Amino acid sequence: MSKDLRNPLARARGLGSAKEGVGHWWNQRVTAFGLVFLTLYFLVTVLGLIHSDYATARAVVAKPWNAVLLVALIVTMFWHAVLGLQVVIEDYVHTRWLEVLSLVLIKFIAVLGTLAGVLAVLRVALGS
Amino acid sequence: MAQTGRPLSPHLQVYKWQVQMVTSILHRATGIALAAGSLLILWGLIALASGQDAFDSFRACAGSVIGLIVLIGWTWAFFFHLCNGIRHLVQDGGAGYAIHQFVRSSWMSIGLSLVLTVLVWAYVLVGGAA
Repeated sequence: MSKDLRNPLARARGLGSAKEGVGHWWNQRVTAFGLVFLTLYFLVTVLGLIHSDYATARAVVAKPWNAVLLVALIVTMFWHAVLGLQVVIEDYVHTRWLEVLSLVLIKFIAVLGTLAGVLAVLRVALGS
Repeated sequence: MAQTGRPLSPHLQVYKWQVQMVTSILHRATGIALAAGSLLILWGLIALASGQDAFDSFRACAGSVIGLIVLIGWTWAFFFHLCNGIRHLVQDGGAGYAIHQFVRSSWMSIGLSLVLTVLVWAYVLVGGAA
């Protein structure tokens, strides 16, 4: 008999007291790994555009690969930001209603930010 | 904090300062700063999609004195979070857990982030008329 006091079903599910197992932890790492490449790509792209005019900047963002990578950056960036801010709020905001409100608020802001950013890239890429 | 009257565990003020504490705190602080910075990326992209006028005013803000200060600070926050984040990913993989490795990699995160920030801004400011 193992010394594990959990019942076998709980152990098989592997979700623990947080009800989501290592989901948050793992998503934070996977998005971090993706952002290593996406942010460096973004930095190089921006540095290449630093003295360009409006039309050139638009043409660069409109290129398919750049549009795809920018959309990937926006989604991953806001996702990773929410995961990180969530932990900060859970650690430091000790008034329950304020904590829940902040957690919901950062998710709303992140989703709106993602949608707006993706729409902006698509408008440039699809030329309207 | 909820006033429960229970004793609290020792907090920051009882410890001697070590570089690992600094990098840990800075990782959070730069993470928060970068989350705010993500809204600036959003602003730039929306300005680009909106048209020449919106983009020009975005560039004017970015190129102003305050804008440049924010951008330089942002660049360092990015490089620190990147370097220290890679350090954390390596540690999550189970490597670099000896105390001397911890101290050394902490200093590497700080040093490398500063060097990379200087390099990028040398390129921006010297590599052409800003």
